Amino acid sequence: MRTGLKYLALAGYVVFLAFPLVWLLSTALKTPREMAALHPALIPRHPTLANFADAFTEQDLVGGGLRSLVVAVAAAVVTVALALPAAYALARRPGVLNRVAIGWVLVSQVFPVILVVIPLFMVLRRLELVNTLAGLTLVHVTFVMPFALWMLRGYVRAVPREVEEAAAVDGAGRLRSLASVVAPLLAPGVVATLLFSFISSWNEFLFALVVLKDPEVATLPLTLVRFTGPEGVARLGPLAAASLLATVPSLLFFAVIQRRLRSGLMAGAVKG
Amino acid sequence: MRRWSAALAVAAVALAAGCSSGGSGDDGGGTAAKPVTLRFLSLAWQKESVAANKQLVEEWNKANPSIQVQYVQGSWDNVNDQLVTSFEAGDPPDVIHDDSPALAGFSSRGYLLDLSGRLPAALKNDIPPAAWDTVSFGDGKGGQGVYGVPFLQESQVLLANRKLLDKAGVRIPTPDSPWTWDEFASVAKKLTKDGAYGVAWPMKSPVNKVLNLALNFGGTFFTTTGGKTTVKVGPQEREVLQRIHDQLYTDRSADPSALGMGTADPLPGFFAGKYALVPAGVYLRQQVAEQAPEGFDWVTLPPLKGVTAQQGATSQTLSVPADGKHPDEAVKFIAFFLNGPNQAKLAKGDWLLPTSTSAATDPGLTTGENGWDVATASAKDLVVAPYLKVNGFDEWKSKVATPALQEYFANKISLDEAARRLVDEGNKVLERYSQ
Repeated sequence: MRTGLKYLALAGYVVFLAFPLVWLLSTALKTPREMAALHPALIPRHPTLANFADAFTEQDLVGGGLRSLVVAVAAAVVTVALALPAAYALARRPGVLNRVAIGWVLVSQVFPVILVVIPLFMVLRRLELVNTLAGLTLVHVTFVMPFALWMLRGYVRAVPREVEEAAAVDGAGRLRSLASVVAPLLAPGVVATLLFSFISSWNEFLFALVVLKDPEVATLPLTLVRFTGPEGVARLGPLAAASLLATVPSLLFFAVIQRRLRSGLMAGAVKG
Repeated sequence: MRRWSAALAVAAVALAAGCSSGGSGDDGGGTAAKPVTLRFLSLAWQKESVAANKQLVEEWNKANPSIQVQYVQGSWDNVNDQLVTSFEAGDPPDVIHDDSPALAGFSSRGYLLDLSGRLPAALKNDIPPAAWDTVSFGDGKGGQGVYGVPFLQESQVLLANRKLLDKAGVRIPTPDSPWTWDEFASVAKKLTKDGAYGVAWPMKSPVNKVLNLALNFGGTFFTTTGGKTTVKVGPQEREVLQRIHDQLYTDRSADPSALGMGTADPLPGFFAGKYALVPAGVYLRQQVAEQAPEGFDWVTLPPLKGVTAQQGATSQTLSVPADGKHPDEAVKFIAFFLNGPNQAKLAKGDWLLPTSTSAATDPGLTTGENGWDVATASAKDLVVAPYLKVNGFDEWKSKVATPALQEYFANKISLDEAARRLVDEGNKVLERYSQ
């Protein structure tokens, strides 16, 4: 009975989480007339793929998606590669400087993004990185880094020092201990941070809008917004179809690495 | 360990790909050997409108190999953030599609090129002075200039369920004999029955709508004396406010639940017969034509008349940045893009009204189909919206007027209180801009 209730609650939660996606799918398959019904139905009466056709023919969704993928993968990997050693140092080397650094990282998050857009643009222009995916990647890395650092610092702190001490007692050097003992234990945290960084970059709009000028380099969020008009009026069908397609890479990325996320962080780390 | 090495290798490859992709930003050429390339930021978003824009750019590029135009699609939602950044950074598009309220701010900051004396006579004469008024602003240094070419305008009409009008036996108004506000109120009452409302007023963004309609009774909301602009809410400004409020709470012929809606949100209720009339901009006809259920009989009714049928108008515009690299070429392109026949194509694509007098005679814009004849005829009563010339209007609108009007229409405050807030709090805002 209790198990049944548990499954029922879980099913309810899944429906709650999945509903926006299901509604997006439903909207993407509706005709304009069905969308304007006073009592909209979840299941389209006359499903159509015309919205997908419009989305693909009117905007460069594939190109935009590929460019977003390049930027998001590069930003995620570089962010984690840079944040991981910094997080380790911040977690393992307490001191005043450490606390100041952590405080500064936190404070950097409170600046409204719009304040830094113009100076950032000017810096990128001097570096000749405006209108390039490398420039956008650099911006994404910079802006995802503080939170990634905090996330990874938390994961590093959760790895008991005793594990490293045990490795040292067994004769492992610093590098060997990091590579063979700490790194595997940090894997779920690294994966979670990669996922966070990837999704942040994949969805990012404002910097892309400012940094990328030409249609040939536009990322997916810039492509999606072109289905909207003034006063919040939008072409809902193609917008829903394009948005649905835009969620697919995130879902796939998550599906591929979710096993790593589920695995217990400390499973088998310390023998009882 | 091997997996970590692989991950780092992937990172390096991805970053390298990122570095090599794109980056082909054209600097506009400008050398004798290379054609000039103009970046044209367009805000067209409807399917037909995007197609018309692209087709015109293609035509131009074929006919002008030495001045090539690159079509860049922007979005109304965030164009001004995008533009401010590019103006400040000195890298704006060469031809900018925007609207006249945005131009007011940009011109005073010196972002835009004064086009006076640069435009060909044919284009100047084809657009009436009332439309040029919507793009004439101060340059921030005491001078006046023309900072764009106005090409599309919008009037407020009524979209009506013809079956319900016929059933109620009411007169269908024509451009020569429009409904007065009194007649409109009485018709809306007649149409309110069997659970249906005569009218739905979507007032999520009430300010521009109310201010544009207020001109029916001569209401301008702003007055300028001795170079200082202040807010005024006198009997003329109160007319439209009071009449809409009466429909909501005295006549009960307007649905209060529609107040929070955006412009297009009442359409499902309109199609279902819940609302007989929806006041809307002419462009909403496109959505009605596309979304109305089969057999739904709708009609476009001309703008209401108070003392006059005048409405405040703004325009969609094409401008050239002050520090653009190719202003002469940009003006040439604009003159082609906005000639009479091309304006007709753009107007049809966006379901808006062309400013070009020759475009307004295009058969496609005078047909009775989808209310084009009524919509096009309404252009004659458009005058420059008084708020266009007010420094600080945007802040007054968002911080003072929008909440005050929303609360008034929701019956939470009286008209006197709304007027007091619009004036007292509004003048404090405007004061800052006049310093």
